[in-house]
Amino acid sequence: MVAYPTDVIAELERKANLIRSHVIRMTRSAGSGHPGGSLSSTDIISALFFKVMNHRSSDPNWEDRDRFVLSKGHAAPAYYAALAESGYFPIDELSTLRKLNSRLQGHPSKNKLPGVEMSTGSLGQGLSVANGMALAAKLDRKTHRIYCICGDGEMQSGQIWEAAMLGAHFELDNVTAFVDRNMLQIDGPTEKIMSIEPLADKWKAFGWHVIEIDGHDMRQILDACDRAKETRGKPTMVIAHTVKGKGVSFMENALSFHGKPPNEEETKKALKELGEDQ
Amino acid sequence: MNWKYASQRKEYGRALIELGKMRKDVVVLDADLSGSTRTADFAKEFPEHFFNCGIAEQNMMGTAAGFAASGKVVYASSFAIFATGRCWDQIRQSIAYPKLNVKICATHAGITVGGDGASHQTGEDVALMRTLPNMTVVVPADAQETYKATKAFADWPGPCYMRMGRLDFPVITDTDTPFKIGKGTLLREGNDITLIGCGNMVSRCLEAAEALEKRKISAQVINMSSIKPLDEALIEEAAKRTGGIVTAEEHNVVSGLGCAVSCFLAEHIPTPLKRVGLMDTFGESGEGEELMRKYGLTADKIIEAADEVVKRR
Repeated sequence: MVAYPTDVIAELERKANLIRSHVIRMTRSAGSGHPGGSLSSTDIISALFFKVMNHRSSDPNWEDRDRFVLSKGHAAPAYYAALAESGYFPIDELSTLRKLNSRLQGHPSKNKLPGVEMSTGSLGQGLSVANGMALAAKLDRKTHRIYCICGDGEMQSGQIWEAAMLGAHFELDNVTAFVDRNMLQIDGPTEKIMSIEPLADKWKAFGWHVIEIDGHDMRQILDACDRAKETRGKPTMVIAHTVKGKGVSFMENALSFHGKPPNEEETKKALKELGEDQ
Repeated sequence: MNWKYASQRKEYGRALIELGKMRKDVVVLDADLSGSTRTADFAKEFPEHFFNCGIAEQNMMGTAAGFAASGKVVYASSFAIFATGRCWDQIRQSIAYPKLNVKICATHAGITVGGDGASHQTGEDVALMRTLPNMTVVVPADAQETYKATKAFADWPGPCYMRMGRLDFPVITDTDTPFKIGKGTLLREGNDITLIGCGNMVSRCLEAAEALEKRKISAQVINMSSIKPLDEALIEEAAKRTGGIVTAEEHNVVSGLGCAVSCFLAEHIPTPLKRVGLMDTFGESGEGEELMRKYGLTADKIIEAADEVVKRR
């Protein structure tokens, strides 16, 4: 395993914090959106865009780039913030989220915004797309990887398990997928609405290489990505244990912030907590 | 009329092989029906470029989207009801919305599937695909046109849908008959009524036109294989010339070819019209031809409709 220097980790954590502040400002400005699930995915997204993935904002269609599919499309604010901070489009444009004529649709739209590989939003579909990209890469003898983030609620979709079968069947070891396991979906706790446990056992039984991590620990995220890269003959599913609303005390584990933006006062408080209130 | 018959599916398989020889970017996906859809013919020649996704059409469409997003031209096949109804949301979200190069080529459409019954038949597929923005919809009239459409899809950007039948269809075009997406073909000229058909029903339109001719009703026949984009210029010309239209399709009259033609005419050049097709009903088991008769998909029904429209002109 690579021993990542402390300053690398610290820089990623700083970036993740910045992404969180964008998420707060964006959803506030839009007046709608999904801050909770964006914040739970933020550390994974930050690790991927600012460290793990090979990509070029100056050449979004570079053919050897690693691909990213946000299957849980409602975490778009965090995704867009990472794209803007990577230089795909001006950071100022983040404030247009969900507004008329904006390139920043409520859920990612492939043909609107540079850097968005796939339109998502209807849950359960992204992993199939990632598999297709992985098969294409193998057919073309390319070595780039496909990254995909799924929500835990999505595990209730049948298509996810169809994709699980296909990924294992075709030995797609160029796929690194994540489940953002924040335990909550719109109507309540996943285990109360429609239980998905034992999740790791399910993915193992479907033939995947499974890693369980703390999805807010940068070092663990990077290590998981490295281990996935070294795995042969199997796709990797990283079950990332996360906290919905992570990073803003009153949003953490609060179901109400699944699909509701912070109000004026909550926005100030959140940005202050993040140290981004200047 | 004494028709020669030929298989659309066989020509689909042949066209795929031709494409495989011509270009490296073609991949073919199927959902455990490759023997029936004839994608197996391609698989035999180009095993590396063929992917059987098992009985999981939703996942097949998502996988197809991923391939297409990586620059491949993807042909995805199954029976028409499973290739459209089972995975409509996946086609909408992952293929049509991002405008990806996926060619959904489905067989066993309509009721001529026969003995399998209503679960495997479909009179809804054209409707389901036609309503999707960015989607092109082609219903070839015979085997030769199927071959041409399959090849045309490869050079036509974006998502496409093609519907084929299980049974052999009467041969009405030859290698020289022009085929262009967005264009219909005037197969027979006439002055009193225009019969516009697609797929299996085009040959029945020709039979009806011949019978009408004997009764001094001069009918022209259009093969409207391109349902979206629709050849509006040809329809307008036909409406002006004959003042009456009959449409015929092996599909529900709700939202199929007949509706496409009616909507255009109602908005641009209101013209008496009657639709022949499945009258908003499911099919059942039986021999293909028996079913066509029972559900009114015959030359006689077209003649009846033509008589009615001629009176209304």
